[in-house]
Amino acid sequence: MTNHRFLRIALPTATVIGFLALWVLYVEMAEVSAFILPPPHEIVIAFVGLVGDPATWHHAMVTVIEAVSGFLIAVSLGIILGMSMARIQMLEWAFKPFIVCLQLIPKIALAPLIILWFGFGLESKIVIAAALSFFPVFSNSLVAFRSVEPGDRDVFTMLQANPLQRFVMLDLPTALPVVLAGAEVAVVMSMIGAIVGEFIGGNEGLGYLSVAMLQELQVPKLFAVIVLLALIGLALYTVIAQLRRWLTPWHASVSQRKP
Amino acid sequence: MTMGNPADIRLSGVGKTFSQGENAVRAIGDATLDMERGDFISLLGPSGCGKTTLLRIIAGLENPTEGEVLVRGRSVWTGDKRSSEATRPISMMFQEARLFPWFTVAENVALPLRLRGVPKAEREARAHALCETVGLKGFEKMRPSMLSGGMRQRASLARALITEPQVLLLDEPFGALDAMTRDTLNLELMSVCAQARVTTILVTHSITEAAFLSDRVVVLAPRPARITEVIEMPFERPRTLDLQRRPEFQDMLVRLRTSLTGGH
Repeated sequence: MTNHRFLRIALPTATVIGFLALWVLYVEMAEVSAFILPPPHEIVIAFVGLVGDPATWHHAMVTVIEAVSGFLIAVSLGIILGMSMARIQMLEWAFKPFIVCLQLIPKIALAPLIILWFGFGLESKIVIAAALSFFPVFSNSLVAFRSVEPGDRDVFTMLQANPLQRFVMLDLPTALPVVLAGAEVAVVMSMIGAIVGEFIGGNEGLGYLSVAMLQELQVPKLFAVIVLLALIGLALYTVIAQLRRWLTPWHASVSQRKP
Repeated sequence: MTMGNPADIRLSGVGKTFSQGENAVRAIGDATLDMERGDFISLLGPSGCGKTTLLRIIAGLENPTEGEVLVRGRSVWTGDKRSSEATRPISMMFQEARLFPWFTVAENVALPLRLRGVPKAEREARAHALCETVGLKGFEKMRPSMLSGGMRQRASLARALITEPQVLLLDEPFGALDAMTRDTLNLELMSVCAQARVTTILVTHSITEAAFLSDRVVVLAPRPARITEVIEMPFERPRTLDLQRRPEFQDMLVRLRTSLTGGH
């Protein structure tokens, strides 16, 4: 299907070009001020300038460290709590309503409080990133470790498997695809958490940089920071998605074969 | 140990009642049966007659609410606690192949040995040899999802046989397969069981399959779920598919059908 393959590339390219063309057309026709919406080529120039500046890389590193640390904390806690509650009914009864109530609070609203508690440094941003990315991992883990089929358990019972063997060879591989799908969502949330934290307080990171650009009315540079943030988010997401393909190559979502 | 009695499997007064609040459903009642080493029996009956429940009680997957199950002299159940000693010589095949997608075919077949701590080289060699026996040569490195239904059940059979079990429990393992594949697998199953003198219990709702494979057919009836009759299959072994065309085999099918419908 060479025709299809061509269209798979041509169609999205055409959409992007069309979007950029409309953008240029709007800026030109409506005589929008460059302070409000700069034309795309100015953003490209600003972006090149931005990535050429060593200070940018320092800010980027800070944001990545915050997001990744928060993500790792959320993944560890989410898996441990989700798994424990999947296995021990009492724990779920005791803690799940509490955790769901916490989830119902818009966690961004807690961000100022977290800054108050953890200060203006990296720690507060890591906590915000962790708070935002915890729930998808937790709820997916809870479902995932519950979804071992009784028939599969019977096989392991008949084979006299001990609890550790059962966990490593049955529960873990059954749960992994769903847990990692939760991690894919969480890694994006952790970037949002880090940036929101930087908006509110602190003097480094790409979130801080974008606020600074806004205050200096350097709108093309603000756009360039946004593009850089999108690229970093994409890179983190790709790492987790690749990890999922690599760790669970048998799963239908990866192999695209009927189970 | 039951002194001086060679019974491989002994059921005495086995019954199970599921109760939930005030409702109680009797899944099986008063099942009594002796099997000797190498016996092949079928549990035949319509759905709801408790045949699968009875098999699961023998396997130690469900606890009986009354009676006792002995496998090679050891009690499978002490109260509602399963004995892993008593169930160790048992292998079981289920309606679905129950292969694990994260293992290759050979790894699935070798899984029972892996769980018993057999070294990698030895279990791989045995799995490959057994794959060849059950007609899976060349498929060892594939994932189960790439196999057909029949091939998956072959792998499942190999997994059940790799521990060289003394008792084989089969819960309609070939029920979902087409008639031709089913015949082939039944013939292979019969020869494997006869060679190793494995004591086998097959749950089925196919009259032909029960008559063809078994030494004795245990007929069960629903409401109340119970054993109604145990009928000998007096056909010489080894058996071939030709047996199914013989008049005495046809007569036996009629006899079994009559027993199943309670003489009506």
